[in-house]
Amino acid sequence: MKFILTMHDKVRPLFHKGGKLERLAPLFEAADDFAFTSPTTAQGGAHVRDAVDIKRVMVTVIYALLPCFFFSLWNTGHQYNLVNAVAKVGFVADVMRGAMIVMPIVIVSYAVGGFWEVLFSCVRKHEINEGLLVSGFLFPLILPPTIPLWMVAVGITFGIVIGKEIFGGTGMNVVNPALLSRAFLFFAYAKSMTGNVWIAGPGGATVDAITAATPLGLVSALPEGMTLTDAILQGHISFGRMFLGNMPGSIAETSTLACLIGAAILLITGVASWRIMLASVLGLVSAGLLANWFGDSPMAKLPVQYHLVAGGFAFGMVFMATDPVSAAATPLGKWIYGFLIGVLVIIVRVLNSGFPEGVMLSILFMNLMAPLIDSFVVDAHIKRRAKRA
Amino acid sequence: MAKLRKIVYDPLMDNNPITWQILGVCSALAVTTQVSTALVMSLALTIVTCGSNVAISLMRKVIPNKIRMIVELCVIATLVILADQILQAFVYDISKKLSVFVGLIITNCIVMGRAEAYALQNPPFKSFLDGLGNGLGYSIVLILVGGFRELLGSGKLLGYTVLSDQWYTGNTLMLLPPGAFVIIGLMIWFQRTYISKQLREED
Repeated sequence: MKFILTMHDKVRPLFHKGGKLERLAPLFEAADDFAFTSPTTAQGGAHVRDAVDIKRVMVTVIYALLPCFFFSLWNTGHQYNLVNAVAKVGFVADVMRGAMIVMPIVIVSYAVGGFWEVLFSCVRKHEINEGLLVSGFLFPLILPPTIPLWMVAVGITFGIVIGKEIFGGTGMNVVNPALLSRAFLFFAYAKSMTGNVWIAGPGGATVDAITAATPLGLVSALPEGMTLTDAILQGHISFGRMFLGNMPGSIAETSTLACLIGAAILLITGVASWRIMLASVLGLVSAGLLANWFGDSPMAKLPVQYHLVAGGFAFGMVFMATDPVSAAATPLGKWIYGFLIGVLVIIVRVLNSGFPEGVMLSILFMNLMAPLIDSFVVDAHIKRRAKRA
Repeated sequence: MAKLRKIVYDPLMDNNPITWQILGVCSALAVTTQVSTALVMSLALTIVTCGSNVAISLMRKVIPNKIRMIVELCVIATLVILADQILQAFVYDISKKLSVFVGLIITNCIVMGRAEAYALQNPPFKSFLDGLGNGLGYSIVLILVGGFRELLGSGKLLGYTVLSDQWYTGNTLMLLPPGAFVIIGLMIWFQRTYISKQLREED
C-alpha cells in the first residue's frame, strides 16, 4: 500500500494545473480515489458526519448485483449446454461456459462506457464518477446472451453519451442510462432483442430441433414455434422455476431469488428506497388483479404471482426503478412513482403484445414523470402548510 | 450588395430556422426517413416561403393591421394548395409518402414567421431573398437529417445501397421519429459548440 501511495504522490504534480499531463487529470484522480480515499475534504463546517460517499453507494450496488451476476454465469452456461447438446454437463462446465458468454459482454460494456466517461471528464474537466461502475454493469446484465458485441458497444455509447453525459454526467441524468441503452437497442435492432435470442449458441435459434438430446431442457418440452411468453401462459414453466430462474431470458434478470438477495443488501444498507420497491409490487398486484377480473386475453388471465416473477420485473424494481437520480425524491412521490410503474407494467404486458417486456418501458416512462410527481407533492405540501398557518 | 447577400446567407447557418430558432421541427421529424421525401418537402417549402413573402410584401401597405394574420394565412394556404396539387400531378408517389405534411406547411412556423416578421416591413425583392434564405436553411437541415436517417436506418442514399446489408445492420430507430430528434439534437449541439460559437457567447 505504502509503495502505491509514494508512487501516486510522485506523479501527482504532473497532473496539477500547469503540469505536463494536466489534461488527463480526471484519470489520475479516479485512480487515486479508487486506491485510497478522496483527497478533497469539506471546507468549512462539515454538517453531515458520515462515511458514505458516492463511491461507497455505488460499490454497495455492485455487491448487491453480485448474486444476480453469479447466478447468470451458471444459468447462461446451463441453458447453452442444455440446448447445444454438450456432452460434459455439470456445475463447473456450466459456469465456465456462462463466463465465456457473459464476460465479453461485460468487458465491452465497461471498456466502451469507460472510454466515453473518461473522454467527457477530460474535456469537461470534471471528475470521473463511480456511476459508470453501476451503469456499465447493469447494462450487460439486462441483455440477451446472444447479443453481438458491437451492439453492446453501440448501446452503451448511446446510453452514456445521450443519456448521461450531455446532461452533465453522473447525477444529472433524466433517465436511467443502462435502461436507455437497452431501449435504444430494442428499437434500433429489434431482431437481436426479441424472438429466439434468449439462449446462446447455435442451438438457441432452433431449440425444438434437438428435443431428444435435452431431456431436462425446458425449451425442449415446448411445442414447435412456441415463444417463451406462450410457454409461461400455458403453464409449461412452473412458478418455482421462474422464481429460481433456471430458464432462458436476459442474462441476469431471470432469477427472482437472486434479485431478492440483492434487494435485501440494498435495503439493509439503506441505499435503495423500500417505498419504491413495495409500491411497485402493490401497483403490479392491484393492476394484475383488475386485469384478471376484466380481461379475457391469456395474458390478462395470467395469475398475478406469475407477473411478479416473469421477465425483468424483480430486477427492474430492485436495481433500476430505485436509481436515486432518476426516481422521484419525495417520500409520497416515491409511493406514487413505484405504484404507477407496477400498473404500467401490467398495462404494457396485457394490452400491448407488440412490446413483450413492459418493465423497461414502464420505468423509463416513470423516470420522465418523476420530476412532475415531485413537483405536485411539494406543491401540495406547501399548500397544506399554508392552510394550517 | 453585401447586405442582400447577408439576407440569404444568414438563415443558412448562423440564424438557421430549425437549428437556431427551433422552428418547423415537426415536419423535420416527419418527412426525413428518406432523402427523396426530404428533398421534395424542402423544395415545396422553399417555393411557398418565397411566394408568400413576395405576395405579402407587395400587399404590405394595404393589409389592415387587425386582420393581417388572416390575410397571411389566406396567401400561404393558397400557395400550399397549389404546391400540393402540383406534387400530386407530377410526383404522385412522393406526394403520397409526404401525406398530410405538405398540407401542414400552412401551419409551418417558418412560413408564417417570415411573413409576419420580415415581409410585412420590407420591399418585395428583399422579402424574396429572405424567403429563399430561410427555405434553403430549412432544406439544408432536412436533407442532412434525411441523409443520416436513410444511411443509418436502411444503408441507402437516395434509394441506392451504400452500406451493404451483408455487413451492415440497419438501425431501425433512425426510421422512427425519435431518431430524427436525436440527430437534430446532435446537430444543434455541434453547431452551437463549434460553428456559431461567438453568437452563443453574445446571447
